[in-house]
Amino acid sequence: MSKMNLTRRGVIKTGAVAGAGLALPTYLSAAAHSGYTNAPTGDTVTLGFNVPQSGPYADEGADELRAFELAVEHLNGEGDGGMLSTFSSKVLDGTGILGKKVQFVTGDTQTKSDAARASAKSMIEKDGAIMISGGSSSGVAVAVQGLCQEAGVIFMAGLTHSNDTTGKDKKANGFRHFFNAYMSAAALAPVLKNLYGDDRAAYHLTADYTWGWTQQESIQAATEALGWTTVNNVLTPLAATDFSSYITPVLNSGADVLVLNHYGGNMVNSLTNAVQFGLRDKQVNGKNFEIVVPLYSELMAKGAGQNIKGIVGSQNWDWKLENQMGAKYAGTNAFVQSFGNKYGFPPSQAAQTCYAQTLLYADAAARAGTFNPCALGEALAGFEFDGLGNGPTLYRADDHQCFKDVLVVKGAENPEDEFNLVEIVEVTPTEQVTYAPDHPMFAGGALGSCNPGA
Amino acid sequence: MDAIILQILNGLDKGSAYALIALGLTLIFGTLGVVNFAHGALFMIGAFCAVTVQRILSISFETVDPTKTDFLGNPSKISTPYVEHWFGPEFGATIIDWSVPIAILFAIPIMILIGFVMERGLIKHFYKRPHADQILVTFGLAIVLQEVIKYYYGANPIQTGAPMVFRGSFDFGTLLGFDPNVIIYPYWRLVYFGFAALIIGAVFAFLQFTTFGMVVRAGMADRETVGLLGINIDKRFTIMFGLAAAVAGLAGVMYAPINAPNYHMGMDFLVLSFVVVVVGGMGSLPGAVLAGFLLGILESFASMTQVIDLIPGINQIIIYVVAIVVLLTRPRGLMGRKGVMEE
Repeated sequence: MSKMNLTRRGVIKTGAVAGAGLALPTYLSAAAHSGYTNAPTGDTVTLGFNVPQSGPYADEGADELRAFELAVEHLNGEGDGGMLSTFSSKVLDGTGILGKKVQFVTGDTQTKSDAARASAKSMIEKDGAIMISGGSSSGVAVAVQGLCQEAGVIFMAGLTHSNDTTGKDKKANGFRHFFNAYMSAAALAPVLKNLYGDDRAAYHLTADYTWGWTQQESIQAATEALGWTTVNNVLTPLAATDFSSYITPVLNSGADVLVLNHYGGNMVNSLTNAVQFGLRDKQVNGKNFEIVVPLYSELMAKGAGQNIKGIVGSQNWDWKLENQMGAKYAGTNAFVQSFGNKYGFPPSQAAQTCYAQTLLYADAAARAGTFNPCALGEALAGFEFDGLGNGPTLYRADDHQCFKDVLVVKGAENPEDEFNLVEIVEVTPTEQVTYAPDHPMFAGGALGSCNPGA
Repeated sequence: MDAIILQILNGLDKGSAYALIALGLTLIFGTLGVVNFAHGALFMIGAFCAVTVQRILSISFETVDPTKTDFLGNPSKISTPYVEHWFGPEFGATIIDWSVPIAILFAIPIMILIGFVMERGLIKHFYKRPHADQILVTFGLAIVLQEVIKYYYGANPIQTGAPMVFRGSFDFGTLLGFDPNVIIYPYWRLVYFGFAALIIGAVFAFLQFTTFGMVVRAGMADRETVGLLGINIDKRFTIMFGLAAAVAGLAGVMYAPINAPNYHMGMDFLVLSFVVVVVGGMGSLPGAVLAGFLLGILESFASMTQVIDLIPGINQIIIYVVAIVVLLTRPRGLMGRKGVMEE
């Protein structure tokens, strides 16, 4: 039982500080900075959208860009307003941000760290971008986040799933709405136990870079906690295209589950090869052989075609979420209508996270009353919101990671059309995927202090 | 033992693709003296011929199904391929299912035509230029071709399945006395190996047993002398360029069911194929084939867990290690001829 030591002097001091704090919004303290990078002076404000427009993730980048354009339209009062009407914060009124019309510039990350940094730098220095957002790779996100920290602008990460982005590489100027590898594993583990039991032997093939490593570490820890054993973990080159020589050792390894810690083209090819080698029809240890893909995306499902049927994985969001799981996920339908009417197909999870990040940035600026990244960061840190499609969400102050429900999905057995390739199996509640800020998988870095730049 | 047999099969399969691409590269280098960095793009275009045929055969008309709604809540549209409408659902579906073999017929004239246009329209202007210029222009062409494909087909891989009858795996182990399901290998990969052997055999037979082939071989050995005999060797070499493009294209068509085609797949194979050509010996057709299979098998063995445990990272560098060793011990490659690229 704890004991409270109250003194008269202590009460007065605490009261005075609390009173001062309540009299002025806390975030205004940071607005006292004399200046910051690319402070807008005219009647417009420029956002920088850094997405892969070439390279293997160009399709995902195109979808991100569509979402960014839609978000800018809605912020400027054009279109149907999308998720502005469902967003729990009501400070955005369709007149831009802080009365300034929103305009944007784009850069091409090429899914290469150096190219992504160069394009972000150009947008900040030449185009006057006050914030950078987007991307489809953790390697790129970590690199661009570091650049934004140095430059004194806010980085609103796009699709990045490595633990490191808000773990050892987290930065005060960086914020991630997308979920991470730990959350995928925490959401998947109980479902895997229900589907496949607690006596399984897993063989991992892992993409040899930051995302693959943290994904493998997370899913191995989660499945071993269930009672599964890990037969082997083989790192595969990111440039690999034919995985047959990595798949054949699985055949007689004694494993009865193959975990593909691969994303994008790697995942499409490794899954295709695994199916070609008959793994899905195989019986090992008296059980059906199973394949698990921890991180899913609609575009990957499309690329994998029929091979994805019945394969379990996780997602940050799905366009069917509100229809199937209820009004808790309000905002989903508004966004799907808005996006679908404009582009003719439903948005991907990459699009949703980028759209949400743009609105969250604009909202934070409006609440802070300034574009100063430090004041804006304070407004985002610890911010609780709802109505952006994922249900109640917290932007945790300790690491700038969003905490929200996670979807466990599987490839549809008989998809009605090309937009229904993924089925929602279960929605894992936030509490189940939440971890301590000092969790060992996220250790080794510090947010540091906010950098307002100039 | 089962692991070794499986990796040999994998190696033969990978080697088939390397050998086919390297064969075309060597044909072009041997006849025209051009280092063609766009050759990987021809392989990629071949794979997209399969995608295109699949799409053409799947062209559909739409009917509205009022009982279902789409993602926006509007009545759903049901797509029915014309071939299913014309020939009945079963036969129509079979035609679409066989789109990859059908694509072979489509790809041969397309690839020969692309080869002719490339050679006559661009590459012939660089015959007398340094190899560095040829590399730059053909590499630039490769990038242009892959960006064109990306523009029309997107960056995402596109599944192009083998016919249903070739899906699944063949149980090799039972033939060799192993338990069932110990050594299994996908049917289509076996088909690919057989197809590669057929194409390689056909190219060699064409060069060895036809008058045209004899003239080409003579031209490869001494272009000037053949020209002095009044033979239009340039015309024959243009045809050889078309043939090399067709070989790369067919390799790509048949590869489409193994890995879903994407715009970058040519580049993925190009560098490895150049290493194959150099290891085999510049200008040597048998050398290209031998090195293709050899490096394919070595690459597969280097991916084995036991090998990676022993030498971490070996799976990523094995081909280049072999190239260094071969070039140090046999500077002309395994079967290189004296005088080729040695002026």
